[in-house]
Amino acid sequence: MTAILPGTAPASAPARHAPVSKRKRWRYLPQYLAIAPFFLLFAVFGLYPVLYSLYLALQRWDGVGPMKFVGLENFRFLLSDATFWESIGNTLVIWVMSTVPMTVLALLIALGLNSSVRFKGVLRVAYFLPNVTSIVAMSLVFGSIFSHDFGILNWVLGLVGIDHVQWLNDPWAIRGAISIMIIWRWTGYNAIIFLAGLQALPTDVFEAARIDGAGPVQTFFRITLPLLRPVLLFSVVMSAISGMQIFTESQVLLGNRGGPDGAGMTMVLYFYNTAFADNDFGYGAAIAWGIFVVVVLFSILNWRLVQRPSRGQVSQVKEAVR
Amino acid sequence: MTTTRGRVVTYVALIVGALLTLFPYYWLAVMASNTTADIYATPPRLTFGGHLFANIGQVFAKIDFFGSLLNTLIVAVATTLLVLFFDSLAAFTFAKYDFPGSSVLFGVLLATFVVPTQLAAIPQFDLMAHFGWVGDLKALIIPAAANAFGIFWMRQYARGAIPDELLEAARMDGAGFFRTYLSVGLPVLRPALAFLGIFTFVNAWNDYLWPLVVLIDSDHVTLQVALSQLNGLYVKDYSVVMAGTLVAIVPLVIVFLFGARHFIRNIAAGALKG
Repeated sequence: MTAILPGTAPASAPARHAPVSKRKRWRYLPQYLAIAPFFLLFAVFGLYPVLYSLYLALQRWDGVGPMKFVGLENFRFLLSDATFWESIGNTLVIWVMSTVPMTVLALLIALGLNSSVRFKGVLRVAYFLPNVTSIVAMSLVFGSIFSHDFGILNWVLGLVGIDHVQWLNDPWAIRGAISIMIIWRWTGYNAIIFLAGLQALPTDVFEAARIDGAGPVQTFFRITLPLLRPVLLFSVVMSAISGMQIFTESQVLLGNRGGPDGAGMTMVLYFYNTAFADNDFGYGAAIAWGIFVVVVLFSILNWRLVQRPSRGQVSQVKEAVR
Repeated sequence: MTTTRGRVVTYVALIVGALLTLFPYYWLAVMASNTTADIYATPPRLTFGGHLFANIGQVFAKIDFFGSLLNTLIVAVATTLLVLFFDSLAAFTFAKYDFPGSSVLFGVLLATFVVPTQLAAIPQFDLMAHFGWVGDLKALIIPAAANAFGIFWMRQYARGAIPDELLEAARMDGAGFFRTYLSVGLPVLRPALAFLGIFTFVNAWNDYLWPLVVLIDSDHVTLQVALSQLNGLYVKDYSVVMAGTLVAIVPLVIVFLFGARHFIRNIAAGALKG
């Protein structure tokens, strides 16, 4: 593994021994020019907008007329805004409903692919395909699959004697439907990550366990799972980051208001709806900052949970995964 | 005996899982090739029908499909080429050259990872309005022309892949910085460029939120925005919507299948390193 810390760049500059002169400062011009595009683009389209959004959050503005300074009014309203709190709740609920089954399924698939089966390459591509297919397109397909009266899913459920589920009307069914789409999209991706983790594990540990008479179940829970921990945590952290951004599934499936009772109203959908559907840019900026705070808090919480085991154990496992 | 049975169970489970994963694609093709009445029948038609081309014809008649396909292609290709050039140039520089402030600047680059996209969205839209880029494809291409992820990822690759001796040799031959990048850096970075290229292309092709915001109500929508509009127009006529959806995902699926092995390997390797 290569160190990623700044300041460790190799001192291999070919131009190093050039004579010190007045033109010295121009010596590094090509290097500065080479990295300039990213920093220029970031300054214009990243840094400036973020700073400006802080200013916007203190205004009332419809995007066309004059801005009106309202101080912390937007943030005060945000704290008492039931819809915002519900959108946080919906986002977290959907994240849990999707991440737990997704992780279990992905682990099972990874274990299966890691055993000696044929057509591994084809299976891997099949499982990975959803991850690169347009969410808009597949949300439309799932919208039809979930349709109440004519959907294939309810028809299949009917065959085994289960009553029609109001997938796009009932609050919990809506969250379930969105979760199913997320599970479909990310299970294969995570299975591939887990598979890579499994293949990087040292074989001698398993050999030793086998000699000591450990069964497959025991080996899995006592050895495979603990050794796989860093990869599992990577997957959970990644799913937490993308889970906080859920937007397209809800918007395409249910519209800008998140469906009946707003059960599919996620944080980013609420932001989009306020800023770009209702043209309430000042409050939209405040919501964006609210989302930012939630994501930061959620990330800290995640890290706390990640940091639980002793340092020695983590580095030992990391060593193994290398 | 038990291991054989275990293997069979594993195999069957994996295939069933893969079929379930692929089912939405099959169902998409079934819906796109039947009439809406067939789909809504009880029991529904589960096999391909003969209306695919009629449905696709309706899509072409109702929305400017080729226009939005062309827009999407322009955005995806332009973004990919710009990202590959700017990211590889910056990554090559950060990986192999030591210049005043290089480590600080790389630290700044890493720090930009934490800037959330929603925070920038409203002012970015305002900025685009000032530039006169609302409804213009430039609004999608220019802000995405270089990114921290690509530079970081490619620098990791470049550090290990480009030997210092090669750079030294290029210098002895009198090559300047840019010449060295072209003749030494780029050829060595080719596998990394392939991955970053597919990755960027797929993301640009599938992007939805920002195009929806900045292209809405304009003549220049991308496929994803056109699809959601098609759905709004023809919510009752699923077959037509599905025909549009099918045609919209086919080019990307082909691009992906061509580079799938390479792509998947790099995704997995990236996760292990991170």
